[in-house]
Amino acid sequence: MLIDFLFELRKRKLPVSTHEWMALMEAMALGLHESSLDGFYHLCRTLCVKDIALYDAYDEAFLAYFKDIHTDALQLTEQIRAWLADPRNLEGLTDEQRAALAELDIEKLREMFEQRLKEQKERHDGGNRWVGTGGTSPFGTNGNNPTGMRVGGGGGRSAMAVADERRFKEYRRDVVLDVRQIDVALRGLRRLGREGAQEELDLDETVDKTCKNAGDIDIVFRPPRRNRVKVILMMDVGGSMDPYAELVSRLFTAASRAGRFAKFRSFYFHNCVYNSVYEDAQFRKGVPVADILSHSDRDEKLVIVGDALMHPAELLDPGGSMYLSSQNRASGIEWLRRLNAHFRSATWLNPEPERFWAGTTIEVIASVFAMYPLTLDGLAHAVRYLVRGGQRPQIGDPAKWMKAVVG
Amino acid sequence: MASDETFEQFRGTDSYIVSDELRHAVNVAVALARPLLVRGEPGTGKTLLAENLARALNLSLVRWHVKSTTKAKDGLYVYDTVARLHDSRFGGDVKDIAKYIKLGPLGEALASPSRVVLLIDEVDKADLEFPNDLLHELDAMRFRIDETGQEYAARERPIVVITSNNEKELPDAFLRRCVFHYIQFPDRALMAEIVKVHHPDITDRVLDNALEVFFGLRQTPKLRKKPSTSELIDWICALKKAGVDLARVSGGIPFLGTLLKTEQDVELVGKRAKA
Repeated sequence: MLIDFLFELRKRKLPVSTHEWMALMEAMALGLHESSLDGFYHLCRTLCVKDIALYDAYDEAFLAYFKDIHTDALQLTEQIRAWLADPRNLEGLTDEQRAALAELDIEKLREMFEQRLKEQKERHDGGNRWVGTGGTSPFGTNGNNPTGMRVGGGGGRSAMAVADERRFKEYRRDVVLDVRQIDVALRGLRRLGREGAQEELDLDETVDKTCKNAGDIDIVFRPPRRNRVKVILMMDVGGSMDPYAELVSRLFTAASRAGRFAKFRSFYFHNCVYNSVYEDAQFRKGVPVADILSHSDRDEKLVIVGDALMHPAELLDPGGSMYLSSQNRASGIEWLRRLNAHFRSATWLNPEPERFWAGTTIEVIASVFAMYPLTLDGLAHAVRYLVRGGQRPQIGDPAKWMKAVVG
Repeated sequence: MASDETFEQFRGTDSYIVSDELRHAVNVAVALARPLLVRGEPGTGKTLLAENLARALNLSLVRWHVKSTTKAKDGLYVYDTVARLHDSRFGGDVKDIAKYIKLGPLGEALASPSRVVLLIDEVDKADLEFPNDLLHELDAMRFRIDETGQEYAARERPIVVITSNNEKELPDAFLRRCVFHYIQFPDRALMAEIVKVHHPDITDRVLDNALEVFFGLRQTPKLRKKPSTSELIDWICALKKAGVDLARVSGGIPFLGTLLKTEQDVELVGKRAKA
């Protein structure tokens, strides 16, 4: 039956492998789950979920799968036996009750318990019949029936309660980004190479040279390894980007950190890239895009951040810029195509939630640039794409959409 | 239960308090003979876990502190070519290569005649591919020295504890082989227990006041680095040495520098205190 739980986990995008599942089976054969649901909750999590960001999804899966199973039901018989064996539990009883109890078959007691569990449909606190907490029924925990049986517990919190609380929610990967997380994601963006001052001892070369030198030591130095990746960051500011200003500034802070990249340049634009981008967010110092194209190495990595949302005319018509001063003949989409064609690796990060992408200019721009959402996952994918290339995400069907708009 | 001897070995030590979840994870890792990967906020006692595990089980501890330049092979052995070259120049006998092989921490743990605890500290500091390079040795628990052809195989599988600060994503293949535990920041009750272990003579009133300030501070929004357990313990130590009574102090937290480590944070807390 547990195999369904594996698929429940995988359905929620938890990357549980057969390898891990076998380990879980092995551990259960060793009794490491302590024959309880709580034990199983922790055992399975510790073996199958290797990322705090996935704990919340695990909790969800666990709740969904085990919602009908009562905590510690498996341990029941043992507990009843132990309870009956402990004479302290019988102190408050009269002789007649004790005699009656001695006749009470364990199986019968268990049946009664399960019967009540089935009848009970909801959480129960207080009262004198149902299983729950703080009541006087013989079944439950923290109750004050002197003959009551403690069900589950033992001080700790039950797995269901833990899962139900969903304490790991804030660790979810797909929510927000802080500078540090961006930092970590950007670390993947590197290619080490040796350049600059020779300040590191090259051991192999030294040995080689020394041998050729008939044993007379000849020391060879080399430059240390440094990141050779160069990055150009272009950011959309103002207008519809205002809600994301804080997020974009965090990305900028992380990316511009000294020593991160061999070369880092950043530019601003509004709405869409036309013939100029700007060095400052107030759009005073313009830089012609044509200059950037002719003066930059094709190996530089271009990262554009923007919501890619605009009126179709602003993107597709020649001279689509809202500013009269930037009259130009090529359309926005044409400039974007030129940028993407020039740089060997380029990506577009979009802070707009993915569910709003369909049927907008986002789809059109995503057909030019490999577009990823500006979330931790999206950023990680974008970095991987920049470094290794590969398949870019398919977003919508821009051709169809464009036909409908342009006619 | 029949598995009682293999399970439930570790229950913390007199100076190290473990939560139930962590105790469980440690025992699972020991029973399954898989490496235990521990993550969590800095200062939650990840490294101390290995030390105390070794102490509790009465095994010796081999430490391997990973740095940004560490390579997986260094952990097995280092072939000191420079020393050999040096000896050859000055007429020493250099035929025996084994003389120039030094075992690294991982090699030492595998070659050890008895069971040891191996701590691989801050595995995420090294290159992205570093954990992958360890896979074979951690799986098979054996390695070969290429230069001499000598083979080492662990007689008893060492207990491997790996810590990581969550800075980098670790490779999937590596994660698959580990038992994973995320050390959550202790709640107030557990924290009180932890402090008592380090400062047994602390009175409840002082402890209460200190925890009040500490957890209040952790809740300050926009802190760059929240104070951690080890900082709390240092802070209480400083308070005790200086004989400061927290209940009587007004205006500002004494020895704030032991709790907050960046200028911006100190400034931020100062501003909030005034307002």
